Amino acid sequence: MSLKKIHDNQPDKFEFTKANLELADKILKKYPSNQKKSAIMPLLYLVQNQNENWIPLAAMKYIGKFLSMPYINVYEIATFYSMYNLAPVGKYFVQVCTTSPCALRGANKLVDICKEKISNNQNELSQNKLCSWTEVECLGACINAPMMQVNEDYYEDLDETNTKKILNSFLEDKPLKPGSYRNRNNSAPEKNQILTNGHKNA
Amino acid sequence: MDIKMLKEENKIFKNLYNEQGWELENALKRNDWLDTKKIIDKGRDWIINEIKASELRGRGGAGFSTGLKWSFAPKKVGSRPHYLVINADESEPGTCKDRDILRFEPQKLIEGCLIASYAVNAKVCYVYIRGEYLNEGKRLQEAIDEAYSKNLIGKNACNSGWDLDIYIHYGAGAYICGEETALLESLEGNKGQPRLKPPFPALVGLYGCPTIVNNVETIAVVPTILRRGAKWFASMGRPKNTGTKIFCISGNVNTPCNVEEEMGIPLKELIEKHGGGVIGGWKNLQAVIPGGSSMPMVPKDICETLKMDFDSLVEVKSGLGTAGVVVINKDEDIVKCMARIARFYKHESCGQCTPCREGAGWMWRILERTVKGEATHKDIDLLTDVTKQIEGHTICAFGEGSAWPVQGLLRHFRKDIDKRCFSEPIIKKKRKIPYLIDQHKLESKDA
Repeated sequence: MSLKKIHDNQPDKFEFTKANLELADKILKKYPSNQKKSAIMPLLYLVQNQNENWIPLAAMKYIGKFLSMPYINVYEIATFYSMYNLAPVGKYFVQVCTTSPCALRGANKLVDICKEKISNNQNELSQNKLCSWTEVECLGACINAPMMQVNEDYYEDLDETNTKKILNSFLEDKPLKPGSYRNRNNSAPEKNQILTNGHKNA
Repeated sequence: MDIKMLKEENKIFKNLYNEQGWELENALKRNDWLDTKKIIDKGRDWIINEIKASELRGRGGAGFSTGLKWSFAPKKVGSRPHYLVINADESEPGTCKDRDILRFEPQKLIEGCLIASYAVNAKVCYVYIRGEYLNEGKRLQEAIDEAYSKNLIGKNACNSGWDLDIYIHYGAGAYICGEETALLESLEGNKGQPRLKPPFPALVGLYGCPTIVNNVETIAVVPTILRRGAKWFASMGRPKNTGTKIFCISGNVNTPCNVEEEMGIPLKELIEKHGGGVIGGWKNLQAVIPGGSSMPMVPKDICETLKMDFDSLVEVKSGLGTAGVVVINKDEDIVKCMARIARFYKHESCGQCTPCREGAGWMWRILERTVKGEATHKDIDLLTDVTKQIEGHTICAFGEGSAWPVQGLLRHFRKDIDKRCFSEPIIKKKRKIPYLIDQHKLESKDA
């Protein structure tokens, strides 16, 4: 379980927009009518999407009423799962995978670059308030290590120069496109890499 | 070395790298959805017996017989509906096979869902995808919509007379939700904390109803097995370890990749042929984690002759797990690597059982000390003890998953670790580490 801090400045009110209300109704239909509680995880995602990628306390209360469940249960869920942000994150939220398979391919260098480019500490906004970064556990793209996730997208097969380029693009608000940065075909083996035996990442 | 690769015709996942396109029309060319109605018409018992005969074992890690699991579901639907839940919460470090199935072979999964749902009497199927795989989930949703529009699923799916609805549910970054009962808890809208078993989900699962939980890969291979026959599947690999499996080769290899191979392929062949060899050559190999981070590592001398299937790996006190092969070469600090895995488990423990919650952090702290060379010999004995105290004393298998890799390290690299413990016991040096020992005991000789 990760440590989570509730943000100091909380908005007083939260309500779904009309479009999101319709989406919420659609989500509720996925589950049996007497099991509304199941919809809590997708609804919290919906809150996050509407509220600049973080969940305020007011929204938790709102969801509690929406699903007729106690506020504390919603709070419990929001704090248990690591993907719910309880404090503002940057418009570009960089998550660097640092678990062993990525670490073996040099993920720690990516972390150093994040520190240098974005901010010294995790979960801290960059100077222009556009980016923040954090270390995360395995993102399930070990074949394409080292990699990072920015908002929804995976940036794979990175090295130092690429990472710098990518981070700069976020800081300038002109994001580069996600995917493999070694022109790899998904998770297929690269033929040319066998010839250059001794190649090391990052 | 005599290398025989899996023949192209025997591959189940022909579009693992998306060379042929994932869309329904392309999937149809690969014989997905061919005669699904005929398969269903043969009846539940035939399907379950055929899967039993193929000796398919669950691909999610535990390797439980799939046919047997399905046969546990009640034969007739009583007052409670049945559910099928697909476990796509793939978070085991070193594993990324399900991601490629979700992205590039979604129709195989959907067809498998239909057949499995029919076999276990379920009319609703939930696919629990980890939250980070948002794009993969979107892709699966597109594929599901395509299947609905062609009436392959939905009301009277494939004209078989069976109704099936498939819904996607996203997780939110909790590794523990890959454990089946934790997954069900999460799906019900609770914290993902595992339940005590028994009762098993097959009888009391989602919303208290009979539920079968299967891994993505398990379900995705089912249609092909039924189409080509159990005998074909059982002819590959060796008895009790049959068929093909997607191996994920990552870490210090020249060409990390996902590859489908026959069960029981020698590890050396897998690494040399598909992984492009260890960086720095085979002699530079230090150890291999054969089945995702929770399986104990095997050192180089065992790797020479090791075969990759469930039973062969159990013989060397490891396990096939999810077949996520992580290669570690001699340039890496093995203790540091394990310390990082211990940190992963410390982070992901759900906090329900004390041995795991406290022990995972404890193991990590001792390993971190060892990395820095600040540990004492006594620390290492303590570490051994802690792993033994976690193992078998928790509700779910997370306890074993966190303790085994450390035990594997101690079993094979104890000598190397001992060499690094040159530090004197902390107490003799009178170093002030207040959270470790009581200050007043610092004075006494052997506190």
